[in-house]
Order: sequence, then structure tokens, then C-alpha cells
Amino acid sequence: MAGIVALRRRHDEAGPVPTSTGDAGTDPAGRTATLIRDAGLSGLVRPASAHTGEAAGTGGDRMLPVLPELRPLLPAGGLRRGSTVAVTPGHTSILLALLVEASVAGSWCAVVGLPSLGALAAAELGIAMDRLALVPHPGPEWPAVVGALLDGFDLVVAAPPGPVAAGVAGRLAARARQRGSVLVPCATWAGADVVLDSPGGGWEGLDRGHGRLRRRYLTITASGRGAAARRREVTVWLPGPLGRLADAPPAATPRAVEAPILVAV
Amino acid sequence: MSRLLLVWCPDWPVIAAGIVDGVDVHGPVAVLFANRVVACSEAARVEGVRRGLRKREAQGRCPRLTVVEHDPARDARAFEPVVAAVEELAPGVEVVRPGACAMAARGPSRYFGSEERAAERIVEHVAQTCTVEAQVGIAEGVFAARLAARAGRLIPPGGTGAFLAGLNISTVDRPELVDLLRRLGIGTLGAFASLPPADVLARFGLDAALAQRMAAGLDERPLAARQPPPDLDVSQTFDEPLERVDAAAFAARQLAQRLHDRLAGHGLACTRLGIVAVTEHGEELHRTWRHDGLLDAAAIAERLRWQLDGWLSGTSHGLGRPTAGILRLRLIPDGVLAHAGFQLGLWGDAGQERDRAHRALTRVQGMLGPEAVLTAVLGGGRDPADQVRLVPWGDERVPARPGAPGASGENSAAPPWPGRMPAPSPATVPPEPLPATVLDPGGAPVQVNARLALTGSPRFVALGRESPVEITGWAGPWPVEERWWAPAEADRRVRFQVCLADGRALLLSLSSGCWWVIGVYD
Repeated sequence: MAGIVALRRRHDEAGPVPTSTGDAGTDPAGRTATLIRDAGLSGLVRPASAHTGEAAGTGGDRMLPVLPELRPLLPAGGLRRGSTVAVTPGHTSILLALLVEASVAGSWCAVVGLPSLGALAAAELGIAMDRLALVPHPGPEWPAVVGALLDGFDLVVAAPPGPVAAGVAGRLAARARQRGSVLVPCATWAGADVVLDSPGGGWEGLDRGHGRLRRRYLTITASGRGAAARRREVTVWLPGPLGRLADAPPAATPRAVEAPILVAV
Repeated sequence: MSRLLLVWCPDWPVIAAGIVDGVDVHGPVAVLFANRVVACSEAARVEGVRRGLRKREAQGRCPRLTVVEHDPARDARAFEPVVAAVEELAPGVEVVRPGACAMAARGPSRYFGSEERAAERIVEHVAQTCTVEAQVGIAEGVFAARLAARAGRLIPPGGTGAFLAGLNISTVDRPELVDLLRRLGIGTLGAFASLPPADVLARFGLDAALAQRMAAGLDERPLAARQPPPDLDVSQTFDEPLERVDAAAFAARQLAQRLHDRLAGHGLACTRLGIVAVTEHGEELHRTWRHDGLLDAAAIAERLRWQLDGWLSGTSHGLGRPTAGILRLRLIPDGVLAHAGFQLGLWGDAGQERDRAHRALTRVQGMLGPEAVLTAVLGGGRDPADQVRLVPWGDERVPARPGAPGASGENSAAPPWPGRMPAPSPATVPPEPLPATVLDPGGAPVQVNARLALTGSPRFVALGRESPVEITGWAGPWPVEERWWAPAEADRRVRFQVCLADGRALLLSLSSGCWWVIGVYD
């Protein structure tokens, strides 16, 4: 009891003064989080919203799952609801791989502004096609469209047509936070919690005049702010030999391609 | 024992072929199933064609014979107007099979005065409305009534047994039993009916016992009368033609509510909705909306509003703006089925989350129009773009071509699509292929000749106006020649996969000398 009183007093004191940890100083929830961390209560105190639903106590519904190979990239080991995870444009496979596990688990995904998304590749990775909505041409009103979709979808991929003003980015991130959805901008995005990028990779299976594309080793890096500030890196087969994502050997040395299997082309 | 009136159209498969396919039924025509004649026209019968003949025998007897394949669906479809015509005179019609329908004789005979007069009226009405020749028979039981109709006789009450007794045993329509009975010296239905029923059951089985009851005129199967489908359309005529979208939206909501109430009153729901609008100048606009779930009042109103919005503002494709306001609106429910409540998905995917997602999508559809929100359906095809069809959200998810990649293993009837690009598929498929240039080490463009030999080894590729990038690996050419039998749609091309020095991989297509990027593995 005394601890709670002390906590409340400190909370009141902390009121208008921005605290030293930059990311948590903007909103009351952030201040509370700071206080909880400072008081050593991080395992004991949970926000009231975490108690809704049957999954209260496990925290499972606060997190959307990702493929095991991608877990090391994300600070919480999954897509935390309300967070913004940006993917640098030109890495559509990473974008799709991010959606797979949540889609399999029953989440609804929406993709805004990507008319060239390869739905076949998405299906091969395992994304449920009947829970994937596409808005290829959102037009100039795209922030409103993304905002409306954040109300109803767990995962919203947004590929804006041009550079995004910081105000718009902040508004959409706040909407995601409020609705408990995950915003996945496919653009340079100010204030993203995690930014996924890839310095490169290489395809296997093609030679001069024969073979076919079989798999690609791809290095994915994650940077961001807060808990994600430390740069992380994984190397995976994306797509793996079976079309899905697979763990790559740590050295990521392109190995000799195994004997080709006959495939009707 | 109820008296039945049976309307029988002779040689119905032939007549149906004449109605649907336009075959000349006055000439010799035979309908064949499994290489055997199942029905033939009068002219063919005169030439000696009989049921059960092989095709070659039938053509041997009548060289001018027109042969039509048997199609029960065609027969049933063509018979529908005849049933409707009979229904106009007498309710409670059962379709015994295409070409024959039965009803209780009591009602029509009392209404028209006598059985003879009722039969006359029905034959006349069918002949006038459908130009189909029909015969009527009245007897007790469907079996006896059918035989009476063949003979064109109205059996007086109580005379059914006597009528049947004189008929040939082959009318029972059970060839094996008939063959056996003939060899036992039983040639008529009367002789068969006079056998002790218990012994018939013990010796020949249940089916024969049923046949014996029919032969004795004791066919007691009650008639399964057809319910005429209820009239579910709703329509409204406006005093002031609708010119503005907001007025149309208001009318749409009322009309949708009326349709929904009418459907709910019958315990029905519809999955497709036809909207017909007639303008002041007599133009008729028609559009059918499909829906993957059941349409409720709000969904009906929404679709109606979108449609009116599109028509009145002139943004819908293929149709110009109507020249006048809308005077009359009609909603036609289609794909009607019994409303048994909404079925929730076993794993919860059709529950709350689905509702949330649907609401969000409906809002986006309201902002951008119904065609802006799409969902991908995988189907058959050879290139990544061919295998995906984008359908507006809420429409039925039907692939453009059968044979989706995952389904081919489970469903052996699906086409295999030889030449399909193997997995992995490109993650980026440009909506319009991007032009590219492929050069050999000497800097000359690479081409493929008719024997699929390359003019040089691909070494550099330039996308659009970019500077050329070195190719580190390539494979191909993988040829596709599609629809060569239809010159307008024919497409001949070869595909290549290339790996570039900067780590990218592309799917290229070469057709009529031009290179295109049809997929980027990014």
C-alpha cells in the first residue's frame, strides 16, 4: 500500500516535467512506464488495458506473433500491438514475412498503396488470402484510408505515394497505439519503433543458362528507438527452399546448390 | 385412392433439344446417352429407329438422322415454362420427370366442370403458351396416370385396375424383372398383379413387390407438389424523378428495408442482389451485386446507394450518365436461401474480428468506392500475374481460371497448367510490365529464334532508361504458347529468370522481340 502511495506521489511530482528518458516523456502513459521502471515494479504492474479479454495475465493478446526466424529482430519478440514497424521500400519479401505468422493465427491484414504486391508470393509464404484486404490506389486521401483500416485490422501496411510529413506519421502512429493495431509503413517513417532494412543478400540456384531461382540468403537489420535502439541483425533464407522463410547458417555462406529436383516448368 | 391428372409431352428430350438448341424436331432426330438411343422423333420412328438402339444401328436405319447428346439439365430447363403454364390453370403441380408433371385431378375437374374439359383446357393452354404438344391422362396413382397419358385416355373412377390388367408387362420399366417374368410366362400387368403378394416379395425382393403394387394400381405415393416460388421483387415508382444522389440514398434505404422485410417474412436471405433502374427516358440500367455472406438491410441499402451514386454521377464504367432522372427502381433478390442465422467460424475467424474488419472496409469502400478495396483470389495460370484475380471486397471469391497452385494436389480434376513458373514467386509483380533491354557481351540485343535458340548469351540488362547492370546468372528460355487456336487472344512468349550483380533477381518475358519485367524477386 505504501509503495502505491509513494508511486502516486512521485507520479504527481513528475507531472509536467519531462523526464530524462526521452521517449517516455511525452504522454502520461510513458511517464507511468518510467515510474514503474524506476520503482523496480516492471514485472508486477500492468496497464489496466492488459486485463481485458480472457488472455489477461499471459499478455498474449498484446502481441502479434511473427515467424520464429524474425523474433530476434523485434525487441519484444513479436509485433507489439500499437507499435509502428517500418520496412524500407524495395524489400517486399520482408514485409510479407512480417505478416505471415499473425495472418496464420487469424489476424486480418490490409495493404494500402502497393499495387504491385505479388499475392502469389504472399500465399506461398503462408498469408491467408481471405483475410488480406488490398487497397492498391488509395489516392490523395491515403492517411484517412489507413486511419480507417487501423480501426478494424490488426496489421496495416501503408505505402504512401510520397514523403510523409511528420505530423501525419505521428497521427497515424497514435491511431495505431489507441486501437491496438500494428502499423507497418513501407516508407521512411519518422518515429517508427523499429525500422527493418536489408543491406543485401544473394540468390541461389541460377547459373549461366540453367537452373532456377531456389532460395535467397538475406540479411535483415533492425534499428529503432527505445528498446530497439540496439542494432540487431539476422540472416535468413527468404524465400527458403520450400517458398517459406527458413533459418540460414550463421555465416550465411552461399553453399553449393543440392542436386536439382525435377520440376515441371 | 386419389385420382391424378398427368400431363405428358411425348419425346420430351427431342422437343427440349428443339427448344434449347434449335434442332429441327420434325426431321428424324435421336437423343443418345452412352451410345444408345433414349428418345427419337416421330420421323425417326417411322424410319425404324427405336429406343435402345446403338448409334450406328440407328444411323444405318435412317441415314439422315440428327444425333443429339442427352442432357437432363437441358430437358429440365426447357420443361420449366410448361410447368409454369400448367400451374396457371391448376395449383400443386409435381414434376414427375422432365416431360411429365402430375397434379390432383379433383381440383381442376371441379373447377372446369368435368375431367374431360379440364384435360382439354390444359392441353390447349400448353399448346398456346409454349407451342408444345401434350397429352393428358387421368387415373389412380402416378404409374397408372402415366400409362393413361401415353394412351391419351381418361380412366373412369375405379377402372384403373382393369385398364392396367391388359397392358404389357414391359411397362413396369424394370428390364431384368420383366425379362424374368416373361420367361415365367407372365406377359401382362394383370397376370403379375394376380400373383400372391407375399410370394412375390419372398421370391423377387422388395423392388418387385413395389412393382407389383404399381401393376395392381395401388401406387399410393402422395404427390410432392411444387410450391410456386414467392414473388420477392420490390419496386418503387417515384413521382419526381431522382436526379440527386442524396435523394436517391434516401429512397434506397426505404427500398432496402422493404426488401429485407419481405425476405425475412419468408425466412429467406439473399446472396446476390439485382438492381434495375428505369429512367424517365426509358433507359434501363441493370447491375447484379454479389456478396459472400448474407445481405442484411444495411448492406442492401449500401449497395443500392453505391450503385445509384455511380449511375447518377456517371462514374461507373461502361455506362454513360443517364440522360434523365431515375423514375423507377426495382430490387430483385437472387441466390435466395433459407436464413438459418449467421454461422460463426469454428476458430473464431468469422466472429468479432471479422465484423471489425468488415466495418473498416465498408468505411473505406464508402470513401473510395466499392471497387477500390480488393481481395486476391488465386487461380490457374502460367505467369505470376495470371494466377491472381483481384475481386472487390464482398464479392464472391471466384478465381479467373481453375487450378490454383495449392489445390492441384487435392483436386485431380483441376487443370495442371504445364509451364507454370515454379515457386518461389516474385514478391513484386508490376501491374503493367516494365520495358527492359537485354544485351549480349558484345552489346547487341538478345533475341530468341523460332527454335528457342538465343542469339547471344544475356550479359547486361537495362530496366527502362537505367544504365545496364551485369547479369550474374540466368535461366531460360521457358516458352509459353497460349490460346494459339484463337488468333485474337493468342500469346506466344518466353520467360527468363535473371540474377543481377546488385543482388536483385528478375522475371523477364520476351514476346514479339520486346523484353518486359513481369516480376521482381525483392
